Amino acid sequence: MLSKIEQNLLKETTGIHEVPQGAYSLRINGKLEGKNSSENIEIVSKEDKPGIDIYIKPGTKNESVHLPVLLSSTGLKELVYNDFHIGEDCDVTIVAGCGIHNSGEKDSEHSGVHSFYVGKNAKLKYIEKHYGDGNGQGKRLMNPVTHIELDSNAYMEMETAQIKGVDNTVRTTTAIIEDGATLVVGEKIMTHNDQYAETRFEVDLKGENSGAHVVSRSVARDSSKQLFLSKICGNNACSGHTECDAIIMDNASVSAIPEILANHIDAQLIHEAAIGKIAGEQLIKLMTLGLTEKEAEEEIINGFLK
Amino acid sequence: MLKLNNISYSVGDIQILKNINLEIDERFVAITGPNGSGKSTLAKIISGIIKQTEGQILLDGIDISDMSITERANLGISFAFQQPVRFKGITVKDLISLAAGEKLSAAAACQYLSEVGLCARDYIDREVDASLSGGELKRIEIAMINARGTKISVFDEPEAGIDLWSFNNLIKVFEKMHQRTNGSILIISHQERILNIADKIVLLKEGTVDAIGTKDEILPMILHQNSGCRFTKEGV
Repeated sequence: MLSKIEQNLLKETTGIHEVPQGAYSLRINGKLEGKNSSENIEIVSKEDKPGIDIYIKPGTKNESVHLPVLLSSTGLKELVYNDFHIGEDCDVTIVAGCGIHNSGEKDSEHSGVHSFYVGKNAKLKYIEKHYGDGNGQGKRLMNPVTHIELDSNAYMEMETAQIKGVDNTVRTTTAIIEDGATLVVGEKIMTHNDQYAETRFEVDLKGENSGAHVVSRSVARDSSKQLFLSKICGNNACSGHTECDAIIMDNASVSAIPEILANHIDAQLIHEAAIGKIAGEQLIKLMTLGLTEKEAEEEIINGFLK
Repeated sequence: MLKLNNISYSVGDIQILKNINLEIDERFVAITGPNGSGKSTLAKIISGIIKQTEGQILLDGIDISDMSITERANLGISFAFQQPVRFKGITVKDLISLAAGEKLSAAAACQYLSEVGLCARDYIDREVDASLSGGELKRIEIAMINARGTKISVFDEPEAGIDLWSFNNLIKVFEKMHQRTNGSILIISHQERILNIADKIVLLKEGTVDAIGTKDEILPMILHQNSGCRFTKEGV
């Protein structure tokens, strides 16, 4: 039975209210609280270190796995290794989320090292949400590391969101993309107060006709700081696109460093980066619809990060 | 009724509007005049985007001269931008819901879009961003004004940046609005076909009201003068 705090963390990170149905792994306060395999999805605990292996049988379609991690006791630090083995021709969704409630004095930290091995022609949607709350002095820290290997003609869509309450985060994502495979990343980040968020992407477009789109949208409020680093290497005939779009507010600071590297004559790579405050005309337009300036600001930010 | 008493507006030493006195009570009033005559400035002063340097604005007898954009909007003034604003992530349905002041069902939002000639299902979930054409944005802007249904609807050159095909449809939309409105439509325009719908035309020149009258009185004056201003026929 989950506590109220845990239920809220679960709702914020994975959108569900109770222990998930079907294949899942639920980790609370550093311990595996429960896991369930299904006919096509097997979840096995690692023996040499904390974490799990998730095996999805080739040809599995329209199934999903939920992997929530909840931390509600202060001062807990953990490092978890999860490996995802997605069989050929699959079409599956993986929902992972980490929620930290820290109302104590000590820092709480969860760092997940996730590796994805996506088989030939497989299609994967990976959704990852990070959330923090609690009014203690202890910080809420998350440092996810994601490694992706897409076999030929695989397609992976990765949606990550960190909207509230994470004090310090360094997100590192690396990917190797084989022939005809495509990776699409959509990242949403909002920082406030004195928070710091750093995200690093490094994509190796290794295969012929491989592709990658890495798009980050972020809002930095108060005195928070953000650093966005994205490097796409075109090592074959491929197409790559990286984009960082940030709204800056108050006394925040945002640095965007996109990098593209072409090592092949047929590599087509684009990078874009834009940082700016909310456009005055956007505020005025919404105010002419009857919203106050504050309401207009929230509406613009919510839309931008939707 | 919207009443402007001695409205003036200056930037430094340059006077853009001088002692404008106007009453707007008719269903459809057009303000026209050469470029630089102060039309758009006047529209922005009415909606509160620009503050007049002198004068008074009354809406149904209430002095709104010092009110903010939001307060005026909530009292019953709508403003359609000459260059509609784009938003990342905000959908057409979001904007129309905000305009209506309530979360609209897809069917209700579609109704407003259909009225401006947009095939609603194609648009409702689209973001109001650079993927929409100028003509599409203009119609969405008008749909928002219709969704608000306020006493005063101000349109700042709705024909600007619209192609001929879209323009013909736009005229039909305004003709329909003229029949249906429960308040007053105030439209800044250079187009004869829009002026033709108007119950009253106000001619601005060099920041002052040069003439006020019906279209039969005003149109001949402006179509036969060679003042170098761009009055054009049929959306050319």
